[in-house]
Amino acid sequence: MAYVRPVSKTSWYLARRSYTVHMLQELTSIFVGMFALILLWGISAVAGGPDTYQAFLDSLRSPVMVVILWVSTVVMFYHAVAWFSVTPKAMPIQRGEEFVPAGIIAGAHYAAWFVVSLLVLLLAGVF
Amino acid sequence: MSEIQIELEILRYDPEKDREPHFETYAVTCQDDWMVLDAINYVKDHLDTTLSYRWSCHMAVCGSCGMMIDGEPKLACKAPVSNYANQKARIEPLANFPIERDLVVVMDDFMDKLKRVKPFVIRKEEKPIEEGEYRQSPAELKKYKQFTLCINCLCCYAACPQYALIPEFIGPAALTMAHRYNQDSRDQGLAERHDEVAAPVGAWDCSFAGECSEVCPKHVDPAAALQQLKIATTVQWYKGLIGMGGK
Amino acid sequence: MAKINKAFFWSLFAAGGTLTAFVFPVLVLIVLLSAHGNPPEIMGFEQMQRLLSNWLVKIAALGTVALALWHAAHRLRTALHGLGLRADGAVAAIGYGVALLGTVLTAYYLLQI
Repeated sequence: MAYVRPVSKTSWYLARRSYTVHMLQELTSIFVGMFALILLWGISAVAGGPDTYQAFLDSLRSPVMVVILWVSTVVMFYHAVAWFSVTPKAMPIQRGEEFVPAGIIAGAHYAAWFVVSLLVLLLAGVF
Repeated sequence: MSEIQIELEILRYDPEKDREPHFETYAVTCQDDWMVLDAINYVKDHLDTTLSYRWSCHMAVCGSCGMMIDGEPKLACKAPVSNYANQKARIEPLANFPIERDLVVVMDDFMDKLKRVKPFVIRKEEKPIEEGEYRQSPAELKKYKQFTLCINCLCCYAACPQYALIPEFIGPAALTMAHRYNQDSRDQGLAERHDEVAAPVGAWDCSFAGECSEVCPKHVDPAAALQQLKIATTVQWYKGLIGMGGK
Repeated sequence: MAKINKAFFWSLFAAGGTLTAFVFPVLVLIVLLSAHGNPPEIMGFEQMQRLLSNWLVKIAALGTVALALWHAAHRLRTALHGLGLRADGAVAAIGYGVALLGTVLTAYYLLQI
């Protein structure tokens, strides 16, 4: 009888560092979802009129929200970096017999990211 | 040429005698340029002739000697003993496969999945002989060449967390083969492979952990193939929705 | 049925992941600034209302929030399965359900602005 080795369904990701990192990466989506809901909350507050919106802005200043937003900021940057670094694998661009180097594809994404972010900050009146 | 001492802690399992695997330790004096495979051969030749394992070319092209060395899936012929000098190295059969005997695993699941993805050039219509051969430019070859390098060693399956959790998952090497043929300019079989690849246990069970590419001894990069396959499969699915699915 | 769903949900996940990678860092920064009592001009009620009355902005806002939710729903479905939660059907239903609800609500509120 062939022997089947048991695999833990709940703690396999602790067995190797790379598995743990991968699992943490997947869990960053919690913060993506959470921030999307915060945006939804903000939109609903705008729809609710100036008082509702002010209450929303005030809620943002609570200690819990500040912590969540700080963590979310770090996580969002991590998500962007992780996403751009693997994008070249999913979309190889072939020119003749050579492939465009991954660094260039990722670099183009970073450049676009930088430009978009700058534009949004300008539009938002941060500068 | 100097000597290196290592201790191999090798998993043993005799299906006719043992209920469970157990470990046996063998002390081996190696030459410093030996691979772990050489040390294992030494054990078999001089210390314990009952040890069973697969090996053949001893040059990382046949894919036979895949095994777990200190928890890492590797080709034993490509793992220098100098990395384990004066240490114990734990040798186990490839993870995520049933153990046949000692270091030999049952590969039937993979063989079956490989067949399901139809890893050969599929033509809607064969060219008649008089029209000559199917020509392919260097650029067309380059498009899929990297994915042809797979030697079916199954190290990627041993590393893949999804295959460990979902045994039905078709897995890195087989899916990479599907992608390799989809990308081959001579092939017209993408629609035929679509059903297998688009099933949940096909491309979608891949969570892009990337472990497969980390351990691949031939640098095939199955993780990249699988992401490209997901995109191609999605495009094919949307095409199917609007009635354009017969590539 | 399942095979149809997976390609569809994966494409939303991929689109959402790409979009959020580009715009969420800067958006969360703006909200973070507001949380520190330093809201950029755009966060003022009149400016925000004017911004969100523009139809192009409405579409962009809906797309951003919706894709982010679908991205998170799909990725968490896989992650929870990896953590040992076997009830994939239930997880999918709840996750995609929340994403769908979020999408509908976002559209609803945007239409009121």
